[in-house]
Amino acid sequence: MSATRAPGAVPTAPVKKSPRSGGGAKRVLVYVLLSLGLLVMSAPFLWMAVSAFKTQTDLSASPPVWLPTEWTLENFRNLLDKLDLPLYFMNSVIVAVLVTVSNLVFCSMLGYALAKLNFAGRNKIFGLVLGALMVPGNLMLLPLFVLMSKLQLIDSYAGLVLPFAAGAFGVFLMRQFMQSIPDELLEAARMDGAGEWYIFWRIVMPLVKPALATLSIFTFLGSWNNFVWPLIATNDPDKYTLPVALATFATDPNKAGGSNGMLMAGAFLIVLPVLVVFIALQRHFTQGIATAGMK
Amino acid sequence: MRTMTSRAAESAKAQAGPGASTSPAGGPAGRGGGRKRSMGVQNLAGWLFSTPFLVLFLVFMAFPIIATLVMSFTDFGLRNVTHPLDAEFIGFDNYVKLFGDEKFLKSLFNTAYFVVVGVPLTIGLGLVVAVLLNNGIDRARTFFRVGFYAPVVTTIVAVAVVWRFVLDPSDGLIAGLFSEVGLTAPDFLGSETLAMPSMIAMAVWRNLGTVMVLFIAGLQAIPTEVREAARLDGAGAWQEFKGITVPLLRPTLLYATVITTIGYLNVFEEPFVMTQGGPSDSTLTVSLNMYREGFNFFHMGYASAMAYVLFVVIMGITVLQLRLLKDNTK
Repeated sequence: MSATRAPGAVPTAPVKKSPRSGGGAKRVLVYVLLSLGLLVMSAPFLWMAVSAFKTQTDLSASPPVWLPTEWTLENFRNLLDKLDLPLYFMNSVIVAVLVTVSNLVFCSMLGYALAKLNFAGRNKIFGLVLGALMVPGNLMLLPLFVLMSKLQLIDSYAGLVLPFAAGAFGVFLMRQFMQSIPDELLEAARMDGAGEWYIFWRIVMPLVKPALATLSIFTFLGSWNNFVWPLIATNDPDKYTLPVALATFATDPNKAGGSNGMLMAGAFLIVLPVLVVFIALQRHFTQGIATAGMK
Repeated sequence: MRTMTSRAAESAKAQAGPGASTSPAGGPAGRGGGRKRSMGVQNLAGWLFSTPFLVLFLVFMAFPIIATLVMSFTDFGLRNVTHPLDAEFIGFDNYVKLFGDEKFLKSLFNTAYFVVVGVPLTIGLGLVVAVLLNNGIDRARTFFRVGFYAPVVTTIVAVAVVWRFVLDPSDGLIAGLFSEVGLTAPDFLGSETLAMPSMIAMAVWRNLGTVMVLFIAGLQAIPTEVREAARLDGAGAWQEFKGITVPLLRPTLLYATVITTIGYLNVFEEPFVMTQGGPSDSTLTVSLNMYREGFNFFHMGYASAMAYVLFVVIMGITVLQLRLLKDNTK
């Protein structure tokens, strides 16, 4: 798809913006290389997409057939019979929404305090946030499991949400954005008698909407894709999130061990919504990564 | 910047001051009175705004970090999940045992293999793609960027399942390509020598996008004039890349290398879903090993020691990388 489309675009591409726009042959080479790269990058997705619609005969053909000789929804039907995907989908949504909302509120609050409030201990707290950014999650898993067992929060939404309810990355991101709000504005509001809570909710939060959008996307996606903690914090299949359900299904030879068709259908259903959302909001993704990396 | 804004605040106060005193009934002006009061309010507000994060941080991060360290000096086992305080203190036994444990040493070696091969490949290819995208591509840039970044956002478990099938020696995508040219595909994930390289290929495929986006941002921050000046001086493309692009990209390079290394040192999902650490532990990573010891066998004290060894390794390598790359810029 990309391999045929991209080179076709060469003659129409504008010549101005790029620092090195000369050299037609070189540009063709660049396009060819990128298109090849893109083909390799998209190959697993394409393979997943076509395989999900193959019949059992096509799937087990060796050497494999590239396109289904007959398109079928059989894999999706079998999968939905064996795996309660709507349940896991809802679990993932509930957990991701709760994690996202709590991150938006709590990270913004601390971000505001760090960026705009002059208080004793501010630098120490910021140091703590920076330190927290560097600690690998694996270091916390074992006691966290014991703690959650003691609190009887294993197999509960609270157990899945609480450890991720406020991340250091969010604080860092919100602080960076809130620093660019002029102090005069807040000072003027204070002169008019506005309290800090009012200033935070009514003045600061509306001004940082783009940052909130970026943070929601990253937090939601992080939670949606999270695997290790939900794997540990759930024993009851009714509380599995999508990745845990799929991994359990995929690694159990009694369940789906032999059926690549069902697994591709499952992967397709999990990956497709994420890809669609990503393509719609791609600007926020790349900007968020770049912002976090540059500062 | 800082002096400018505080001066502005100062003048705002000066203006508001007299106004407030002349009209004492002027609405809710009581708050504006006096710098001392506003400092007190900000102090209180600062702590109140910090409280939710700090509480969550202390309970779900600080406490577990310390608890892991304590647990690593005990024989914490299954029964201690319900009776944590009954765990027995055994000093450095876990750590001593670790370094005589062939399985652990193997997992350490596998993780190192994954990092040593995977990081340069990810960084190198990410840089190549970013440079290509920054050269003479305008209209299609977004299209390509989206394509290269897409694997980053997809659920790793689903993607690992897909790759398992892609690499299947009889009916996978790669097997198809091999048979097109008349060859038989090897059993990538079933082979002790090929399983790890296959996993590295997948990791590079998945993480290249993050690195690419960072490099694009870094490249765009390089002023066009610098490049033009170099070209006027007769620098070729390669000289320009070596003499200008790489040195000016160094901060980005440093950041990308550090986060990729940390990510790869923690690698877990790929072996968990694709190989379960096999064949013959050839893809058993430290994180997977720790997970098994901790949550399958409930040797939690021992697993804690593993977690801390990994943590110390990560910290050490991060500091080393920061040093090395910083020194090189001078």
